Amino acid sequence: MNLRKPTGGAIDRNTLLRFTFNGRALTGHPGDTLASALLANGVHEVGSSVKLGRPRGIVAAGSEDPTSLVQIEAPFPEPMLLATTVELYDGLEARGLAGQGRLASLPDPARYDAKHEHCDVLVVGAGPAGLVAALTAARSGARVVLVDEQNQAGGALLGVEEYLDDRPSAEWVADIVAELRSTPGVLVLERTTAFGMYQDGFVLALQKRTDHLGFAAPASVARQRVWRIRTKQTVLATGAHERPVVFADNDRPGIMLASAARTFLHRYGVLPGSRAVVFTTNDSAYCAAIDLAESGVDVPLIVDARPEAPARLATECAARGIEVRAGHVVTGTEGAGRVTDAHVAPLGDIKGRGVAGHPDTVVCDTVLVSGGWNPVVNLFSQARGKLRYDAVLGSFVQGEELSSVRVAGSATGELDLTSCVRQGREAGEAAAIATGFTPGGQVPLPVSDSRCTQRSGLVLWRVPGAEDASFVDLQRDSTVADVLRATGAGLRSLEHIKRYTTIGTAHDQGKTSGMIAAGIVAEALGVELADQRPTTFRPPYTSVSFAALAGRDRGELHDPVRVTAIHPWHVAHGALFEDVGQWKRPWYYPRPGEDLHAAVLRECRATRESVGLMDGSTLGKIDVQGSDAGKFLDMLYTNMMSTLKVGRIRYGVMCGVDGMVIDDGTVIRVGEERYLVTTTTGNAAKILDWMEEWLQTEWPHLDVHCTSVTEHWATIPLVGPKSRDVLAAVAPGLNVSNEAFEFMTWRDTVVAGIPARVCRISFSGELAYEINVTAWHGLAVWEALMAAGEQYGITPYGTETMHVLRAEKGYPIIGQETDATVTPQDLGMSWAVSKKKPDFIGKRSFARAENNRTDRKQLVGLLPVDPTVLLPEGSQIVETDRLPEPPVRMLGHVTSSYPSAALGRTFALALVRSGHERIGETLYVPVDDSLVPVTVTDSVLYDKEGARRDG
Amino acid sequence: MQLIPCPWCGPREEAEFHYGGQAHVAYPEDPSALTDEEWAQYVFFRENPSGPFAERWSHSAGCRRWFNAVRDTRTHDLLAVYRVGEPMPELGEKDQVAS
Amino acid sequence: MTSSVQPPGAHLPEHPDFLWENPEPKASYDVVVVGGGGHGLATAYYLAKVHGITNVAVLEKGWLAGGNMARNTTIIRSNYLWDESSGIYEHSLKLWEGLEEDLGYPILFDQRGVLNLAHSLQDVRDSVRRVNANRLNGIDAEWVDPAGVKEICPIVNVSQDVRYPVLGATYQPRAGIAKHDYVAWGYARAAHAMGVDLIQNCEVTGMETSGGRITAVETSRGRIAAGKVALCAAGHSSVLAKMVGLRLPLASHPLQALVSELLEPVHPTVVMSNAVHVYVSQAHKGELVMGAGIDSYNGYGQRGSFHIIEQQMSAALELFPIFARAHLLRTWAGIVDVSPDASPIVGLTPVGGLYLNCGWGTGGFKATPGVGDCFAHTIAHDKPHAFNEPFTLERFTTGALVDEHGAAAVAH
Ligand SMILES: Cc1cc2nc3c(=O)[nH]c(=O)nc-3n(C[C@H](O)[C@H](O)[C@H](O)COP(=O)(O)OP(=O)(O)OC[C@H]3O[C@@H](n4cnc5c(N)ncnc54)[C@H](O)[C@@H]3O)c2cc1C
Ligand SMILES: [Zn+2]
Repeated sequence: MNLRKPTGGAIDRNTLLRFTFNGRALTGHPGDTLASALLANGVHEVGSSVKLGRPRGIVAAGSEDPTSLVQIEAPFPEPMLLATTVELYDGLEARGLAGQGRLASLPDPARYDAKHEHCDVLVVGAGPAGLVAALTAARSGARVVLVDEQNQAGGALLGVEEYLDDRPSAEWVADIVAELRSTPGVLVLERTTAFGMYQDGFVLALQKRTDHLGFAAPASVARQRVWRIRTKQTVLATGAHERPVVFADNDRPGIMLASAARTFLHRYGVLPGSRAVVFTTNDSAYCAAIDLAESGVDVPLIVDARPEAPARLATECAARGIEVRAGHVVTGTEGAGRVTDAHVAPLGDIKGRGVAGHPDTVVCDTVLVSGGWNPVVNLFSQARGKLRYDAVLGSFVQGEELSSVRVAGSATGELDLTSCVRQGREAGEAAAIATGFTPGGQVPLPVSDSRCTQRSGLVLWRVPGAEDASFVDLQRDSTVADVLRATGAGLRSLEHIKRYTTIGTAHDQGKTSGMIAAGIVAEALGVELADQRPTTFRPPYTSVSFAALAGRDRGELHDPVRVTAIHPWHVAHGALFEDVGQWKRPWYYPRPGEDLHAAVLRECRATRESVGLMDGSTLGKIDVQGSDAGKFLDMLYTNMMSTLKVGRIRYGVMCGVDGMVIDDGTVIRVGEERYLVTTTTGNAAKILDWMEEWLQTEWPHLDVHCTSVTEHWATIPLVGPKSRDVLAAVAPGLNVSNEAFEFMTWRDTVVAGIPARVCRISFSGELAYEINVTAWHGLAVWEALMAAGEQYGITPYGTETMHVLRAEKGYPIIGQETDATVTPQDLGMSWAVSKKKPDFIGKRSFARAENNRTDRKQLVGLLPVDPTVLLPEGSQIVETDRLPEPPVRMLGHVTSSYPSAALGRTFALALVRSGHERIGETLYVPVDDSLVPVTVTDSVLYDKEGARRDG
Repeated sequence: MQLIPCPWCGPREEAEFHYGGQAHVAYPEDPSALTDEEWAQYVFFRENPSGPFAERWSHSAGCRRWFNAVRDTRTHDLLAVYRVGEPMPELGEKDQVAS
Repeated sequence: MTSSVQPPGAHLPEHPDFLWENPEPKASYDVVVVGGGGHGLATAYYLAKVHGITNVAVLEKGWLAGGNMARNTTIIRSNYLWDESSGIYEHSLKLWEGLEEDLGYPILFDQRGVLNLAHSLQDVRDSVRRVNANRLNGIDAEWVDPAGVKEICPIVNVSQDVRYPVLGATYQPRAGIAKHDYVAWGYARAAHAMGVDLIQNCEVTGMETSGGRITAVETSRGRIAAGKVALCAAGHSSVLAKMVGLRLPLASHPLQALVSELLEPVHPTVVMSNAVHVYVSQAHKGELVMGAGIDSYNGYGQRGSFHIIEQQMSAALELFPIFARAHLLRTWAGIVDVSPDASPIVGLTPVGGLYLNCGWGTGGFKATPGVGDCFAHTIAHDKPHAFNEPFTLERFTTGALVDEHGAAAVAH
């Protein structure tokens, strides 16, 4: 028997698509899913189960399917997709899985992106209810977004052959979609799953844009897109999932939901098998039985658990030679792989384990099951809507009204088409009104020719029988026995039972199994389901690839790179870079053959002996203005800033309220009411925020304004004994003599033809000038300095040399010498802590007990007794020359350590317990397996007298 | 992601904001007059209620202004926003801010 | 297509046939433990086992161990920077090493090692500092270079050509993961077997004191008198402490995590990265378990914001490009109680007979056995155990903080 019908379904029989499954070459047609194409080829066995290794088939036709997990191998490996959601394309290679997928070993070449969308009304689900909701809202003039996970609108109508208003339902759907698409302000997105509903109308939807194109997917189009939708009103028309009934050996391939069989038949023109037994607790499966019978499938029997079969449908069945056995159930199945027989017995006869009497055995290759319908309330629950158990439906439904989320259609539990559409219209109207629009032309309700009256069914979770072969969660191999073992173990909460049995934790998150598990638990515990709390529906509704969520924020765009105006020069001159915050800073400029140490020794020597320069543009710079600026800075810095004279510069330290150092830098007084503050590179944004926070929330009465000018200035420290000569050469208008231009003062002048502010500050102890020009001219001035300094062998240096030079002088680097536990006093900077100011941020904390311990860790220098030994930074320091058993008492750690050209030896800075008192002592630093003796010294190791500062 | 109504700019995505913890914790008039315990309360101790909470936000990727909000920490619903210096708006009985 | 190899999920252990009973609360107990998370259950267990105190109730407002215990990413390590932290976390790790046997429960404790990546030169310095401190404290720790990282976890992208290249990592071989539910249920079952009452759906709504001593708790299931009350309420600690007028230096924040679907083993260890905010392991069944950064605002809603998850994913792909087509299956959030110095508060309170265990923030799962043991000791002796002595509430007054924020990379 050919399982593909000659006609019918939304597939293109004229085009053949070749694909491979489990190594077998097969064909299908455009419009197929991988699942429908497999079924058309008679393949029901897709994979095997994760724990027991039992064969697994196809249960549902959509994204709720618990079993048809496949691995895509080509065009690009992707794990754990459902065959029912993979649209077929030429060249697809896939294989069935045993519950576990495989990641590609190569990086994914595809692009992903995200898009923001704002609307008045979002409608989720383009079934009849959703379509009418969307159209109703659209006709009111509201901005509408309609999303649906399928590749076309229609929802449940796609799986049936029905006439609406005497036309094929597809035409009715097409008309609505056409009107929506032509209405301005309406966006219709297919292949788009709303997977997360968050606060304030924030809904995330994943659109699969090119997956269905397979090898033909254009590389330049984002494969998937995350829509970040902000909506005022949402209509959830998400439909309902058919629920199975659990019975013994219900997991064999060939056992599927009745609605799935109907969908395969009508949408894809595929017959699920040749001989089908239908097992139902409600009316809807009769339609499947009749449709299949009319399509040539042998349907010997409908097993209806209800005591009485629906008369009209039963008559129709009889007319087609289908026997209906009411009050009966399927009690088990046979089959090595695919199902070969179903056992049928009267429900009333079954007591406990096993089946009383002799069940009839019916030969079949397909068993269709329907246990009723579960409204898809996942998103409603994600939106924090309360759920309520509906005992008639046997499912959780919307349990409260939400002001901005409405539910319509079978998502409410309604099964009748006209009623569903009416709900859609009402929801669309209400949503439009709620967003300030007036509903326009009313969408007429269509008249359906469906023979399926929707009498409510019998709620039946399971057929008593072999509990350890009655599968509740087919993907997790969890059975009724597991559920009963869990309740027997003392568990009462569904959350516990879910964890004990793992039901509902697989890729489908329990879409078809969760409700049944809850039902079986309630039965076992003898409690009302109405009193049970359902387990939480968590985002995402269906799984979403990591890459889609990462979107474009990858590689370079993961975090913006910041570079200075002079950056191209550094690149051209072979600098290696260090990441400092978002900045790329030149680390050192190796010459051919030089390693870090060699380059840094050369850079240091050149600077101390002649002249060097560096790119200091990344330093944070904040312009602080206003009549209270001095007062404000007095509160922020530990030392006094208001007394600074215009034209002068002061170094300052900032602490948090806890008294720990958070930043340092220079403050220059530009005018009576204007200061320019510098911060460390990494803290620039934080310090500006810090200032704003205090200003706006504590001292709004202060007349102070702060603004970041970091990027406006290129900053070039020109350092070394020859810096004065170099500067003089490029700044002829500036009197560079020590007397005319004192240390810690600044001048506005012209450098290399460019207006510049030059500060006499030094972070190296050498004569130095910090030249600031607008960023536009940074590179030109840098090049001019290089040219002017050429005769002195001017040497560009990077952060490493800067670190060495400052360390030789004992200047700490915030974040390297400090770690949020270090006070200015610990750094030996009591001189920078005002005794005069009544208060500043952090001051009160200095008086706490802990701050006054004599054994605090303090900044000192360390000289290894062997001057060639370089201590690794981060080494710990101990008191004794032999290590006792752990835990060993540690005195502190090495914060910085370098070989020094100027000292002709190695040295280090360290935080050491009672360090200031220990100067002169010998301590030990464990390095690998040895203990390196070191002498504690003052932290200033070079030019203690400060003789070099003025040149 | 919450939609936060900045009192200067209107509703904006949460990602544009920076959180600032409890509102109305004034910097002490004279810290040196405080005991260590009192000072520690100011530095480290904050209200942390489950329910309405008066808190600070800064629209850091927008107007860069700080403002205050009352938000229910159970639902994350914003019950009110108000500018620095303005008194906390009157709230309904059930939304009283614990203090 | 049935294959001859074992199905991937065949090897996982089953839970025992019996766990615990669900008794009605008694009128009074010697010790009432508030909060049936990991810490509460472990505390009850050690009270019974080590101190012979069995007239104990664990009161849980929801389902047992349904708070952070059920939501965490189960990273266990002891390589913290400061001596105080090393003490309690290493004590805990040692207990983990015998816990499966101790509880007679397959807790899937797996010492697969943890890598903490360094992405900047300062990260490197901080990391080396921590490794050295760990070693002197008797904790296994290594500094590994990028090639070493690649050797331990071949799927980490150690190319130096990325936005924040991996410059190396600290590695603690004895660190690892365990299965959270199994751990909680192991403690619960064992505690119950020694006579502890586990009382669910029992929310503590008030506390009674008399003469500066705690005397009883009010609950949604009535008043329960108590000789001593031990708070193990994690994210809800501030709310409970407030019932006796005690303010805590805590902020309760949402913290989110997520899992992928089941995947063939690709990730043999645990990788954490502070700079790009990601931590990942692959659980026994095969799912990738990933933690996100903390949501900035206070929140008791057990829900965070989605952009945090998106950031998480982009960070993960920077480090693990092969995760691109793994799928996010489920996200969730817990409520973590964050303290100013990222260290816990464990000890006595100004109210007699009331004991406090909180402030574990994003990293208290690993401490479960250790703090359970020490907290039980504290309750039994009305005096802190040496390992929790540094973690007093008073440290915020004296300034003797144990600042693991700046120092010890991510706190998970
Ligand atoms: C997403 C996430 C990832 C994490 N990852 C890690 C990690 O990798 N490694 C790690 O070490 N730690 C991690 N943690 C932290 C860790 O989970 C917690 O620090 C730890 O679980 C807290 O202790 P607990 O188990 O007792 O808390 P919980 O399990 O939260 O227990 C507290 C209990 O108190 C109950 N309770 C509260 N109020 C009341 C009341 N009034 N009456 C009765 N009961 C009450 C709660 O319902 C809850 O069950 C993570 C946390 C989260 C949220
Ligand atoms: Zn704003």
